[in-house]
Amino acid sequence: MEANVKRDVFKIDKKIFKSRLIVGTGKYKNLIETAKAIKSSGADMVTVAVRRVNISDKKKPLLMDYVNPKKIIYLPNTAGCFNSSDALRTLRLAREIGGWKMVKLEILGDKKTLYPDMIETLKTTKVLVKEGFKVLVYCTDDPLHAKKLEDLGASAIMPLAAPIGSGLGIHNKLNISLIIKQSKVPVIIDAGIGTASDATIAMEMGCDGVLINSAIALAKKPIQMAEAFKYAVIAGRKSFLSGRMKKNNFASASSPEKDLIS
Amino acid sequence: MAKIQINGKKVALKQNFSILEVLKKYKLNRKKVAIELNGKIIPQNKYDKKKLKNNDKIEIVQFIGGG
Repeated sequence: MEANVKRDVFKIDKKIFKSRLIVGTGKYKNLIETAKAIKSSGADMVTVAVRRVNISDKKKPLLMDYVNPKKIIYLPNTAGCFNSSDALRTLRLAREIGGWKMVKLEILGDKKTLYPDMIETLKTTKVLVKEGFKVLVYCTDDPLHAKKLEDLGASAIMPLAAPIGSGLGIHNKLNISLIIKQSKVPVIIDAGIGTASDATIAMEMGCDGVLINSAIALAKKPIQMAEAFKYAVIAGRKSFLSGRMKKNNFASASSPEKDLIS
Repeated sequence: MAKIQINGKKVALKQNFSILEVLKKYKLNRKKVAIELNGKIIPQNKYDKKKLKNNDKIEIVQFIGGG
């Protein structure tokens, strides 16, 4: 099995990643904590948002000064976009900052649930793929939509486990497993993971990766929780590759029943 | 003077101010931002050539923390 684990490669498009954990950079107390948490998570890619520069505060610290985009891959997102044109505008600007082609598309349909609008998402994926973007798509856990995204050329399918920032864990295991089974591109759980064991469960189910933000940033000790997630993802992946034992309804003694004293 | 809008704020700048000069004025690193002028993205290598005129609207964006 060791040999198998060594050959286990996580690839999105043509890019190979060391870690199957992708982390967000939002909701931290400050940029120092953000940088430390990323380091202890072992992630080699982080999501980032695109926003206006504050021109009245020239001394405001920049994310890029704390998290070096030459060492950690930035995955620009479209968080806060509720339609295709805003999402396209955001990602085209993001590409201009640093030439990134790998992006996270996220088009929301409802302010309360932040549930993805799949009609806008499908439409936008098509345009982005045509423009040469490698698109990782935040989506519902509906296998049909996931398949359509893959057919349109999405580089990864990223279904929600539960609403963004809810920390509720995986709510529809059946749908997630159907998506895993049918997909030829990586399936990455995005949104809804609450704690390290949720990530292990996702990985044991056969997900290719997980994307975590709130569960780390909002933990009492985010830097330590980032490390917990690092190991949780590794544990889940190794467990998946190892193949779990069969479930039995009755006990089966672990120690030999022969040669007992008495 | 030219009255322009930067990120929604009204600003008065000297005539013929270039985008590069705007970046200098606000102490912004050209490698850490992207710029839209009247809805069109301006490539980094054209910042010095692009001069601003009255009623122009600029958006200057950067990366911040997000999930």
